[in-house]
Amino acid sequence: MSGFRFAEGGALDRGRTLAFTFDGKPYLGIEGDSVASALLANGVRVVGRSFKYRRPRGIWGAWTEEPNAIVDIARAGRTTPNLRATTEKLENDIAVRSVNSGPSAAENRAGLIDRLASLMPAGYYYKTFIWPRWEKYEPAIRAMAGLGKLDPDNRPPAMNPQFNARCDVLVIGGGPAGLAAASAAARSDRVVFVIDDRAELGGQLLHRGGTIEGGDWREWAESVRTAVGAAGGRVMTATTAYGVYDHNLVCAWERRAPQPDALWRIRPKKIVVAAGAIERPLVVPDNDRPGVMSADAALVYLRRYGVLVGRRIAVATNNDSAYAVAEALSEAGAEVEMFDLRQDPPETKLRVTRMAEVEGVVGSTGVEGVRVGGRARVADALLLSGGWTPTVHLLAQGRGKLRYDDRLAALVPAARVEGTTVAGAANGAFTLDAALAQGHAAGGGEGAAPNAPAGRYRITAAWPKPDAPGRRWVDFASDVTLKDVALAAREGYVSVEHLKRYTTLGMATDQGKTSNVNGLAAMAALTGRAIDETGTTTYRPPFTPVPMGVIAGRRRGALVNPLKRLPLEAEHRADGAQMREYGGWLRPAWHGPDEPERAIQREAARARDAVALFDGSSLGKIEVIGPDAARLADFNSFNRLSTLKPGRIRYGFLLSESGVVFDDGVTLRLTEDRFLVSCSSGHTDAVLMRLELWRQDRFDPRRVVVHDATAQWATLTVTGPRSRELVAALNLDVALDDESLPHMSFATGAFEGGPLRVARVSFTGDRAYELSVPASRARSLRARIKEKLPAFGGGLMGIEALMILRAEKGYVVVGKDTDGTTMPHDLGFRGPREARRDEYVGKRSLFLPIAAERGRKEFVGLAVPAGAAPLMTGAHLVQGAGKARRSLGYVTSSYMSPTLKRPIALGLVEDGFARLGQTLAVYHLGAERRATVAGLCALDPEGKRLNA
Amino acid sequence: MQIFPCPFCGPRDETEFQYIGEPKARPEPAEEVSDAAWAEYLYFNANPKGASREIWLHFTCMESFAMTRDTETNAVIGSEVLRPGS
Repeated sequence: MSGFRFAEGGALDRGRTLAFTFDGKPYLGIEGDSVASALLANGVRVVGRSFKYRRPRGIWGAWTEEPNAIVDIARAGRTTPNLRATTEKLENDIAVRSVNSGPSAAENRAGLIDRLASLMPAGYYYKTFIWPRWEKYEPAIRAMAGLGKLDPDNRPPAMNPQFNARCDVLVIGGGPAGLAAASAAARSDRVVFVIDDRAELGGQLLHRGGTIEGGDWREWAESVRTAVGAAGGRVMTATTAYGVYDHNLVCAWERRAPQPDALWRIRPKKIVVAAGAIERPLVVPDNDRPGVMSADAALVYLRRYGVLVGRRIAVATNNDSAYAVAEALSEAGAEVEMFDLRQDPPETKLRVTRMAEVEGVVGSTGVEGVRVGGRARVADALLLSGGWTPTVHLLAQGRGKLRYDDRLAALVPAARVEGTTVAGAANGAFTLDAALAQGHAAGGGEGAAPNAPAGRYRITAAWPKPDAPGRRWVDFASDVTLKDVALAAREGYVSVEHLKRYTTLGMATDQGKTSNVNGLAAMAALTGRAIDETGTTTYRPPFTPVPMGVIAGRRRGALVNPLKRLPLEAEHRADGAQMREYGGWLRPAWHGPDEPERAIQREAARARDAVALFDGSSLGKIEVIGPDAARLADFNSFNRLSTLKPGRIRYGFLLSESGVVFDDGVTLRLTEDRFLVSCSSGHTDAVLMRLELWRQDRFDPRRVVVHDATAQWATLTVTGPRSRELVAALNLDVALDDESLPHMSFATGAFEGGPLRVARVSFTGDRAYELSVPASRARSLRARIKEKLPAFGGGLMGIEALMILRAEKGYVVVGKDTDGTTMPHDLGFRGPREARRDEYVGKRSLFLPIAAERGRKEFVGLAVPAGAAPLMTGAHLVQGAGKARRSLGYVTSSYMSPTLKRPIALGLVEDGFARLGQTLAVYHLGAERRATVAGLCALDPEGKRLNA
Repeated sequence: MQIFPCPFCGPRDETEFQYIGEPKARPEPAEEVSDAAWAEYLYFNANPKGASREIWLHFTCMESFAMTRDTETNAVIGSEVLRPGS
C-alpha cells in the first residue's frame, strides 16, 4: 500500500461514488477520477507487467506520456484494449484488466522470465530461437507477445463524423502559452481555434496554479475563451491534434462521449504549437519499480484527484520544478525528502541532500526504500524529475528542426518553419511568465503580454552515463535498459534510427515520450558525440494512438470500396441472381440457390442450346465525337477505325505506349463523326482518361470531344441459336434479317419513346444481339425479353457461364489471359502492325527487339487427356525437373465445358504457336500432369454458329 | 493531404488529381525513332530533386495541366494551363 485518498481537495464530485473492478477485484472511486487516480487512491501499486521481462510495474505519469499503466477496459460488455489508465475517465461498473499479465498484474505466471533477463538483452531474438527451427518457438512467443486482448464482439458502428474546417490561427495546447497566443490573435480579430487534449483548458495551470494578470488564472482563461468565441473561433477540449501533414493540414481527434468521437481536418493559415513539455525520468538503478513516479504526476494526483502517492516520499531531481511538487506533498502531510543532484538547490523548508544520486531502490514489487550515499532510507514512493522534454512533435512532423540547448538541457525548436510558431514549454519556456510572453508574441500580440510573477528554472543535465552500474531503465514501455543502449553501440548500431530499431527503444505505444531523449543522450555519451550530432529519430503521426474508427469515419463494409451497381440490380436479385464483383462492378454471377457449379453449367448449356439473356450494362461506352473523332479513334487504337463504315462494328485492342495490350473491345461507328468505344467494364475510367489526355495533348479539343456514356445506357444481350427468334418476338420494329443486320453491325430504332440500338456482337460465339436503351427504360426492356424466354427454351445467364462460353471460343479476357508483357501478336493479331503507316499509341514498341524475340509467351489452348480433371488456373507449364525446372508459361483460364463435355483451358505459353500439338508438363502444388497445346478455339472454329 | 491548384477550378484536395507524368515530346514518326530514344521516352524520367514540372489531370473537370512542385518539401510552386487560348 502506498497511495491513498485525501479527505478533500481535487477536482472531483465527491458526492458521486463509482464502483469498478481491477483484475477482478472490486474497488471504489469518485466521479472525476481517472482509472489511474482511482487505483492509486485504493493503494493499488502493481498495474501491469513489463513487456519483455514481465517485471511488476506501477503508474509512472498522469497523462498521455504514461508508459506502464496500459489496461483493457470492459464497458457494458464490450472491451477496448490497450488504453492508458491515466487518460481514461473512471466510469461506473467498468472492469479494468491489466495487460501482459496472467492471472493478474499482482501475481504473474511468467515472473521467472526476469531471472533470465541476462539471456534476453536487446535484440536477443536475432540470435536465439534459431535451432532447430524458429517455427518451434513461434507459437509460444506469439502467445506472449502483445499487450491487451482484442474483443471480437466490440464492433462500434461506423458513425464517427469527420469535419473540415479553416481558421486563421490554430493554437495547439490550451495551457498558458496557448491561451496567451489565442488571446492575442482573437483580439486582433482573427478566427482562432484552440485545441487541448484535456477536458479543461489550463494545461500545467490545472495542477500548478498561477496568478495571471493579478488574479486567479481561471478568470483569465475564461476571458480568453470568451474573446476567441467573440472573434468567431472555437475552443475544443478533449481534442488531440495528432498530426501535421502536407500544406499545413492538422488532424485532430475530438472525444465527444456519449456522442461518437469526431475527426477534424483543419487547414489553418498559421499554427501555434503550445503543446507543453513532458517530464523525463532520471536513469537511476531500479527506476522501474512500482512506486517510482514522475514528480509532476504526483502533483497532478494530489491537486486534481486528491490522492497522495505515498506517506514517505523521496524526491530525486536535477532541476527546480520538483520543488513545488515536494512542498505541496509535504504540506499535504507526507514526509518528504529531497535528493538534488546539484550543488546549489533552491531555498526550501524541506530536507534536501545535495549532490545526491540515487544508487538503488529497495523492494522488488514496490518501493520500500531508496539507497542514497550508501545508506538505505525508508520510502514508499520515489519521485523522479530529470528535466523537461519539449513536446515538439507537431513541429517536427512538419519537418521542423531541433537544437540542443545546454542551459535548459533540452532539445528545443531550432530554425523557424513556414507557417508554424512554437511557444511556451514546447519552446523551452519552462516558467509561467516566459510561457505567457512567448504565447503572446506567437499570437501576434502587441504591447505587454499577460503578466505573471517572474519564475526561475534551472537544471543541471543528468544524462545517463555509460558504464553506470545497476539495471537502469531507459524505456519502461519497451523494457530497454541503459545496458541495452550500450550493447547496441558495441554492436555498431550507433545511429539513433538503428538504436531505436535494434533495442526497440521508443517503439512502444508511448512512442518514447519519456525515453527517447534519455536514450539518445546515452548513445551520444557512449559514442563521444554531442546530443545535437546524435539527433532524434523521425517524428511521425499520430502523437498518441487514435482509434481506427475515428480515421475511417463512415467508410466500412460496402463504403470502403464502393462497387458500381447495375441499373437492373433489383430485378436480378428478384430473379435469384448471386451477385459478385467483376472489375469493380456488382454483377450476376449465376442464378438460383442450386450448387454454383451445377447452376453455371446449366446456364451455359442452355445458352448454347437455345437462348439466354445476360446484362452487359457495365461495359464501357465512351463516345468520341467531332470532325476529328476518326483521327483520335485511330491514334488511340491498334486497329484502324477511320475505315469503319457508319453502322458497322469492329473488334480491336487498345495498347499502352509500351505496346502491351491494355484493353480490348468493339467500337461502333454511329455516324461519320461519332464513334462509340466499348471497353471492358473494369477499364472504362482508364480508357476515358487516355482518350481525354490524347485529345488535349495531340488534337484540337474544339474538333473532338470525349464523353463517357456508360451509365446512360443499359445493354441487355440475347445470345444463342434461337436469339433472332426471340428478338423478333419483341416487336422492336427493327429489320433483323441477316442482310439488313449482318454480324458486326447495328441498327437503331425506338423503344418506349426513347432510342434503341440493336447491335450484332458476340462474346459467346453464338448469334447474339446487344440491345441498348437508356437506363431508365432498362426495366421494361428486360421484362419484355424475360417474358419471351420460356417460349424459346431460354433462361437467364450470369457472368460465370458467359466466361465458359467465351473460353470455348478462345476469346481473350484482357488482364486474365494477358499479362504485363502481352502484345497483340502474342494473341495472334498481326495485321495492323504490318499494315499501318500512321502513328498510333504503342506503335514504336511493337518494333523493339523484345517484340520480335523468340520465346515470347503466346496465347494458346490447352487440352487434357480424356477423363482428366480441369487444369488449375495459374498452374505453370514446365520444362525440366528438380532445380532445373523452368516455367514455360501458365494456365490463364480453365473450365469444364458443358458443350464439349470435357475440360477446356487457355494459357500463355512460350513459343506457344510453334508448340501446337506438343504435350507439356503442368506443375501445381507439387504435382505434375500433362496438357497438350491446342488451338484457341475448341468449338466451331469456322464461326458458323454466329450466323446459325 | 495536399492542396493542388487546378488552373481552371482553383485549389482542391489532392485526391481529385492524378499524376500523369513528366512533360515529354513524343518521338515520331516511329520509323525514324531509335530504340534508345523510344526507351528514353517510355522509361527515363528526370525525377528532379527540388522544382519539378509535372503533368497532372484534375478528375473533376478532366483538364490536364502543368504543375510545378518542389519534390523535397512538397510545396506547390505554381500551375499553368497547357493549351494556349484555353
